[in-house]
Formats: sequence, structure tokens, C-alpha cells
Amino acid sequence: MARLTLDHVTKSFTDFDAVKDVSIDVADGQFLAVLGPSGCGKTTLLRLVAGFEKVTSGEIRIGGEVVSGKGGSVAPEKRRVGIVFQNYALWPHMSVAENIGYSLKVAKLDKAVARQKVEDALALVNLQGLGERRPANLSGGQRQRVALARCLVAAPSLVLFDEPLANLDVHLRASMEDEFAAFHKRTGTTIVYITHDQAEAMALADRIAVMDHGRLAQLATPRELYHEPANEMVASFISQGILLPADVMTSEDGGRCKVRVLGTELVVRCRPGERPRAGARICCRSADIELSADASGFDGLVKRAIYQGGAARIEFTPAAGPDLTLRFEQPDPVVLENGAQVRLRIRSGWLIPAAGAAA
Amino acid sequence: MSARIRESRGQEMALTAAVAVVIVLLSLLPMLRLVKEIAAPGGVLTTVAVEAGLRSPATWIATWHTLVVGIGGTLLAVLSGTLVAVLVSLTDIRGRSALVLCYVMPLLIAPQVTALAWLQLFGPASPFLKLFGAAPPLGTKNLLYSTSGIILLLGVQYGPLVFLLVRAGLRKLPRELVEAARAGGANWFTVLVTIVLPLMTPSIMAAAALAFVSCVGNFGIPAFLGIPANYLVLPTLIYQKLAGGGPAVLGETAFLSVLIGIIAMAGILAQEGMSRRRDYRISSTSLPSEPYELGRWRPVVQAGMWLLILLVLVLPLFGLVLTSLVPGYGIALTAKTATLDNYRFVLFEHDAANRAFFNSFWLSIVAAFFAVIVAVPVGYLIAWGKQRWVRLLNLSVELPYALPGVVLAIASLLLFLRPIPLTGIQLYNTVWIILYAYLARFLVLALRPTISGYHQIDRALEEAAQVAGAGLFTRMRTIIFPLVAPAAIAGGLLIFMTALSELTVSALLWSSGAETIGVVMFSFEQGGDSNYAAAMSVITVAVTFALMLVTNLLAPHLPSGVLPWRD
Repeated sequence: MARLTLDHVTKSFTDFDAVKDVSIDVADGQFLAVLGPSGCGKTTLLRLVAGFEKVTSGEIRIGGEVVSGKGGSVAPEKRRVGIVFQNYALWPHMSVAENIGYSLKVAKLDKAVARQKVEDALALVNLQGLGERRPANLSGGQRQRVALARCLVAAPSLVLFDEPLANLDVHLRASMEDEFAAFHKRTGTTIVYITHDQAEAMALADRIAVMDHGRLAQLATPRELYHEPANEMVASFISQGILLPADVMTSEDGGRCKVRVLGTELVVRCRPGERPRAGARICCRSADIELSADASGFDGLVKRAIYQGGAARIEFTPAAGPDLTLRFEQPDPVVLENGAQVRLRIRSGWLIPAAGAAA
Repeated sequence: MSARIRESRGQEMALTAAVAVVIVLLSLLPMLRLVKEIAAPGGVLTTVAVEAGLRSPATWIATWHTLVVGIGGTLLAVLSGTLVAVLVSLTDIRGRSALVLCYVMPLLIAPQVTALAWLQLFGPASPFLKLFGAAPPLGTKNLLYSTSGIILLLGVQYGPLVFLLVRAGLRKLPRELVEAARAGGANWFTVLVTIVLPLMTPSIMAAAALAFVSCVGNFGIPAFLGIPANYLVLPTLIYQKLAGGGPAVLGETAFLSVLIGIIAMAGILAQEGMSRRRDYRISSTSLPSEPYELGRWRPVVQAGMWLLILLVLVLPLFGLVLTSLVPGYGIALTAKTATLDNYRFVLFEHDAANRAFFNSFWLSIVAAFFAVIVAVPVGYLIAWGKQRWVRLLNLSVELPYALPGVVLAIASLLLFLRPIPLTGIQLYNTVWIILYAYLARFLVLALRPTISGYHQIDRALEEAAQVAGAGLFTRMRTIIFPLVAPAAIAGGLLIFMTALSELTVSALLWSSGAETIGVVMFSFEQGGDSNYAAAMSVITVAVTFALMLVTNLLAPHLPSGVLPWRD
């Protein structure tokens, strides 16, 4: 078990920067999810931590030891890091038990001890009795479990998951998610979990690092990420937040301030120390939008309403901002229809901090 | 920290260094030695060697002959190989795999065996023709002892080479391109001429270049067919000079071998130039197109194909077997005269033949084994390495094989004529110089399949072992080798088959006590003992076929295209 620190890590390939100036500190035993759209640099980040790539600048420390930095790079085989690969990477020429026991064999552990450890690992992932099978004869979920057992048998100081559920059927994902959570609880290992699926990240992680174009967009708890996104990218990426232009009218007071949005005034949550400014943006969620029963709110046109079972997806253009399109969900009973003129009201929202403002 | 960092780089650097040493010793050193002999014999920069070579009329005659049979053989190979590839790939012809297997087989038979088989089939002493009483009277000149005979056999030998490359190209032809043309109103013939063949230009060009290099460098066929007619090409000229003059004429032959190298390279460069003039890249990938229905022509086309197989494979081998059963030159084969004495003689009685079998077997086994062992780490660096200079590595491994075998043989002679400095070990006039040349020449045959094997393996398998704590050497042994082994071993078997009856290199490097099967076969034939030569040929062909069957067992574990005869 060890703490993982990324200190201003940059990784440049010949024509672009895959990871730009990322600093993350993962406490001992913490579960960190790295979340982002494809091409955001999250896989490169994992490969840097594992040691398959060398940092261009910055430093990576595992348990206090510098493993990548100016002085060079400790080889992956010396890092005591475990990885669960996206496609499992089980060796086809070895049995399940041989796969799991490989690292023990490499470490020249006593055979009897190794056998016992393999048995324990198999039991831990509910695969007792399958040790002699070949990976080819296992189901996807079983392979995933073997990969997990292989990784934990070496008692690594740090476990990296590289989109481990991406190749599994939907119905298997939920149960594997539970398994990962149990794995973390049982072993208390520090975990870095790469995924593009935010539900997965939210369900599992203590903290989530959102990556965007190689940069760290926000590092926060799942709740904070949802309720208090640090920038527009995070706000729109997480649960498809709705972004609206706003002018800040009053200074922050008790975590709130007054803003003007689409010609109406409303009170939103904000960071301490916000001051009046123009050209700001707020983020709100579908649940924050409702039909206005009185004079408050703003008028507009329902451009499209697509019923999706249990809720409808609405595209709405406010009269005060003809260039804007609000996309949100309205739960049943759905009353909005194509072409309807309606008045909407925003109950609450979050004022996105000004770019460059300290977290 | 720095200690741990240094520790992790150690094995990788050791591997890279070892690979570099092997490549320098086997590929770069002989080529550099050859160049030095031409440009600066005795250490002084001079053009004497070049001028002497250029003044000799024999040089010009042999060069002319080389070009004639090289171009002629290439044309014949390209025409026949492409035609067969189109028929096999694009039509609904039946029995495809059997056809491919039979058509490709001549490629695995040594050229001198092909030559011998055809000579025996049509010569005045032909036991086959005698079966029908159709043999020309004894003393008649064999029609194959001629320019056209050499061209014909080169075409037969390398047609399959063209076939393989064009067929690989045709397989990648997306069906949409054909279907779009047909939807546009073109009939099949128009599609073939306007769409398929133009798109196949790169494949056909590459195949032509390869066939040209092979024809120009071929020794076995012009040696068996040309020397009796005093029709010399560059490789046979070199052979005759060396056989007559020994090491004294080495400088002269070095010039000639470089000349062959230049002609071969010119062929490759011409191909590159022509392919680059237009963009033939096929961007999409999809299923191959539906086969063209031959309809009522199908039986005719099939009969034609099997007739071709009969002509290029079955009859020559049949003639070879018949000759090996005849007790002496010109005797008709009947139930009474048939004998296994020739086999007994070459296997148990003739000392040189005995030694040759022994030598060729162990040389081929060692060459194959070595190549497999070396191909795995070299392939690792080429396929998965991050350094850019490894591309050069790949090129330098290809060089000894891409250049005609005569070139490497002369280079090896130059390199080892004198004892190796510092050690005093003498390789010249021993079997070891042949081994050296085989290692250098055939390494690439194992390397190519190994690299395609690497490309099929998910790199994560190695990374998983790495994070499990396995160092590079452990990973090589426990993960990488088991995974690429089928491809590398298939390459090794190809090497064994090729090296077993190899003649080009050993004809120049052999010495008394260090004969190979090819050399003894050649001397039997030159001495008029075709029956013994035929018996030896039949044995090697039988071994080769048996190995092909064994290798087929590996097929399910191999990337496609590794075994040339598998469809």
C-alpha cells in the first residue's frame, strides 16, 4: 500500500502533449478514478504510473520513492504495481493457476507457499476449482476475475485498472463493479481506475480526476464534481449539465449569490469570494428546471420533445436567447410538446468559477 | 533511486547489444568486406579490380546472358504466376487448396533438382519417354541445354513466387471496388483489365522484382542447363573461375559478384520507381469479392490448371523417380531393370555422398535452430522496440537474403580466407564457413514470420508480465517465446527445407570433407551419374514434403501467410 504522487507531470509525443502538467496526490488506500472522453490522456497517465512510458517532465512518486523523473525511470517490473488490463491480458499458454501464480514464480517464492496463495486468490474471486482451466475456456466475467486475482496475489502497493469493464456485457458490469468495491474494501489498496464511464467512476471512487485534452480539468469527490464543477468542460461532461450565460449581480454571501439569466434573476450556489462580473456562466441540471406556474421565469419555444420512456428529452429555445438551446429531461407526466410556447423557471444552479480562479 | 533505475535498464541494453553484435557479424561485416575488396584491395583505394573486370569480354558476355535469362525468366514467371493467381482467387474454380499446394511446391524444391528432373524427363536417356518408346536417340542434344531452356525452368521455378505475392494482393481487393465497376456496366473482363489488374500493379511489380533478383542470382538452373552448352551467366562464371583459379582469382570474382548485386538492386529500384508514379493504395478493407462464375468453362479451366500442375510438378518428379530407379545411363526401365541400387550407393557406399547427407542435415538444423533463437529477440526489437534505428536493423538482416547467394558466398570467402585475427581460427576450407553463410543468408526467413507473429500478439500480455515483476529475460523465456514460437519455428522449418538442398552458396564454399547434398548432386550430374543425382534428389524432396506435412500441424497457431503452401 502506498501513496501515489504525480507532480507536474507532462508527457509529450513527437507532435502533441498527451499529458500536460498534471498534479495528483492519491492518499494511501484511496480509490481514485480518472475520467475523461477518449483521447483525453487518461491511458497515457496510467502507462506513466505503471512505467511503460517515461515522463517528459515532472515527477512520479510511489510510496515516497521517485519512480519517474529527471533522473530516469524505474522499470515497470520493479514498481510493485498491479494492473488489470482492459482486455485482461491473460497468457493463453498458461492455465488459470499459472497465470495467477506467475508473479510468485518470478519472485522465486517457495512452491508450496505459492500454491497456497494462488488457492487463496482463486477463492477470493470465487473461482475455486477452476485453476487448471485455460483462459480460453472462461467467460468474460471469469477472465476478469482471473485478471483481478493475478493482480492481487502479488500484494501490489498500487493497483491500476485500465477500463476493466469496457469489454463486458452491461448486466455483468454491475456485479463486477460490486466486486471491485469489495476488493478495495478488503485489501485497502491504493487504486487508480481509468474509465470513460462516469456512472462507474461515481459508484466506485473516493475522488475523481476529470481529464480533458491532457490536462487535469478537476480533481474532486463525486458529489463535488456533480454539484460544483470547476469549469465548463466538467459541467457539461458530468451528467450533461446545462450551461447558461449569466451576469453576477451580487457578491457571495453564505455560499450564494444573485445572478441574471435570460432576463430573470435567480439565486445560485457559488464559491466563496465571488464578486459581481459579466459574462459568467451557470450550470444547472434537468431537475433544476420546471414549468413556471407564475410570472417568474422566461418564455420560449419547445423545438423538439422526444419521449424516451419515463421521461422526455426536451430541446427548448428561450425567447431571450434565440441562439441558445436548452437540452434537458422532463420526467413523466410529460406535458411539453413539439412547438409549444411555454414559460420555464430555473430553481437553482451553480455559478462556474471564473477561468483561472484558484480552487 | 538511481540504483534502481540503472538496474532496470541493464537487461534491455544487454539484449540490444547482443542483437547488434549478431547483425554486425552476419550482415554488415561481409558486405563491407566485399565493398572493400572492390574499392580498395590490399587497403589502397584503386580502380584496378574494376578496370580488369570491365576489360574482360567474358564479363560482358556473362552479364548479357544474365540479363537475358533474368528478364526472360521474370516475364515468364510474372505471366504464369499472375494468370494462376487470378484464376485461383477470382473464379469459382474447384479444389483451390489442392491447386495452391501443388502449384507452390516447386518453390520448395531446389532449383538444381528442378533442372535435373526436367533434364531427365526430356533427355535422350529419359526413362519416362522410353516407357512409350518416344525417347530421342542417344547422343541427341537435349533441347533444355539452351537459353530458352534456362528461361523456361526459371519461369517454372519462380512462377509460384509471383503467384504468392499477387494472390496476397488480390485477397485484399475490396469487393466494393469490383461491385461498383460492375454496377457501372462493366463486364468481368473489363473489370479485370480496368480495375483489378491496375490495382494489383504494386503486387505484380514487387513480385516481378523479387522474381528478377531470384532469376539473376540463380545458380542451380544455369549450372545444370547452361554449363554443358557453355552458356555462362555471372553466377556460373564466378563458379568456373573459382573452381579453376582458387583464391587467386577472388578479387576478380568479387567484382563479378558485386556486378550481380548491382543488377539485382537495379531491378528492385526500377520496381520502386514504377510503383511510386501512381497512387495504388487501397484504403478500405472489406470482404473479398464474390468469385466469378466460370459456368460451362469451369471444367475446361480446371482441366487446364491440373494439366499445368502435371507439367510443372508431377511429370518432372515422376521422371526423377524413374531415373533414380534405372541401373545406368540410357537403360530402359522395366520391371526387371528397376533397382534401388542408386539409393543404396548414395546412402551407404559413396563416402562424399554420405558426408554430404550428414553435413547438410546438421548445417540445416543448426541454421534453423540458430535463426529461431535469434529471430525472437531481433523480432522483439523490430516489432516492439521504440528505437528508430531498429528499422535499419531490419534492412541489414534482409540484405544477405535479398542479394543473390553468390554475393554472400564471395563475401564470406573474402572474410575468412585468412585466419580470424587474434584467434588464429581458420574457417576457410572447413564446413564452418558454410555454416556462417547459411546463418547470415537464412536468418531473415525466420525473422519475417516472427515479426508478423509479434504483430498479432497483444502487447498487454508482455506488460502484464512486466508489472508482475518479470525482467526482460524472464519475460522472453516465459511469455514472449511461447507466444511467438509457432511462427518462429515455422520459419525455422522453412530454413531447414531451403538449406537442406542448397547449392548456390555451398558450391563456392565447399571443400573436400565439407560437401553438401547440393554439391555432391551437382558433381554426380557433371560426371554423368544422373542416376545417383536423381536418387539424392528424390531423398531430399521426400524429406521436404514430409516436413511440409509436419509443419502443417503448426498451421492453426500461425499468422496467415507464414506457410506459403497453405491457402
